[in-house]
Amino acid sequence: MMNYIWGGMIIVSLIVSVFTGRVEQTAAAAVSGAGEAVNLSISLLGIMCLWTGISKIGEDAGLIRLISKLLKPALKRLFPRLDPDSGAFGSVVMNIVANLLGMGNAATPLGISAVGKLKKLNNDRNAASNEMCMLVVLNTASLQLIPTTLISLRQTWGSASPGGVIPAIWICEICALAVGITAVKLLEKRF
Amino acid sequence: MELISAYSVPCFIFIFLIYGFAKKTDVYASFTSGAKSGLESAFNIIPSLIGLMTAISMFRESGCLELISRAAAPLTNLIHMPSELVPLGLLRPVSGSASLAVVTDIFKNFGPDSTQGRIASIMMGSTETTFYTVAVYFGSAGIKNVRHTLFAALAADLTGILMSVFLVQFFGF
Repeated sequence: MMNYIWGGMIIVSLIVSVFTGRVEQTAAAAVSGAGEAVNLSISLLGIMCLWTGISKIGEDAGLIRLISKLLKPALKRLFPRLDPDSGAFGSVVMNIVANLLGMGNAATPLGISAVGKLKKLNNDRNAASNEMCMLVVLNTASLQLIPTTLISLRQTWGSASPGGVIPAIWICEICALAVGITAVKLLEKRF
Repeated sequence: MELISAYSVPCFIFIFLIYGFAKKTDVYASFTSGAKSGLESAFNIIPSLIGLMTAISMFRESGCLELISRAAAPLTNLIHMPSELVPLGLLRPVSGSASLAVVTDIFKNFGPDSTQGRIASIMMGSTETTFYTVAVYFGSAGIKNVRHTLFAALAADLTGILMSVFLVQFFGF
């Protein structure tokens, strides 16, 4: 998909630039865009490492397990058919907690192992079970409490209050999550 | 609200460190090993960022962006969405680095605290790369039929996109 989007954007830009008489500016933009990408990566490098470092402290100390215990009762409601003591449910909860804490590196392997365990419970069928759909939808809705990359980016561009958007992001996440969960529950009977 | 935005980041770091000490973790060793993995992932996105920021800069400078914005104007005006955000809404579910590149482009042209900049921030922070997530999780387990997952996930994305516009335009965030 990115294949066509990326190639298409450049080809269309070049064709349109002829009609708008902006060929020179477009060619210049190609060069400056490539340079800006490197600047952006370098300016984000330090803060990204800082955050992955802090996350790793929580990961090594077992913060995921602690918060998983606290969230288990609430998450049981979303996965009513899963045995709360099963390994599958454990992986599901830990995946969700890792997402909350912004531990992307830890969340993906936990999620993949959760889907694998759910597949076994579903007799190895090739179709997704209701639990898998719920888990993946929870993962596609951003659960991250502190959007670290975004805050760093705002800081880099001189925002007066880089973290000022956090409350709005939380409200937005909760609304999106509510719609996602409702959609899963409503649609699972139709598919 | 002010309190949340000012204290959330320091609180987060504080809790992680205190918990690390409470569990007798070697916090410094953990930190450096985590930072090293961050270094790797930061380096890994550089090639795609170069490709995408080039494409997005060209797209803007050639006048394409303006054409799309004008074409979408009747719809975006209806929901009070600045037309500059249309590309972000379209690319957000598809690619994380592409949307990062678009957000950077918006910050550069309007500033992070402008209306456009704030909507872009909220949109970027409250949604995820849906197609990628679905592909990774189901692909790894060999699930072929994803049933209602995409519909539900895209409904959540659309909610996030619309809410980010509404929160800034009508609720003054």
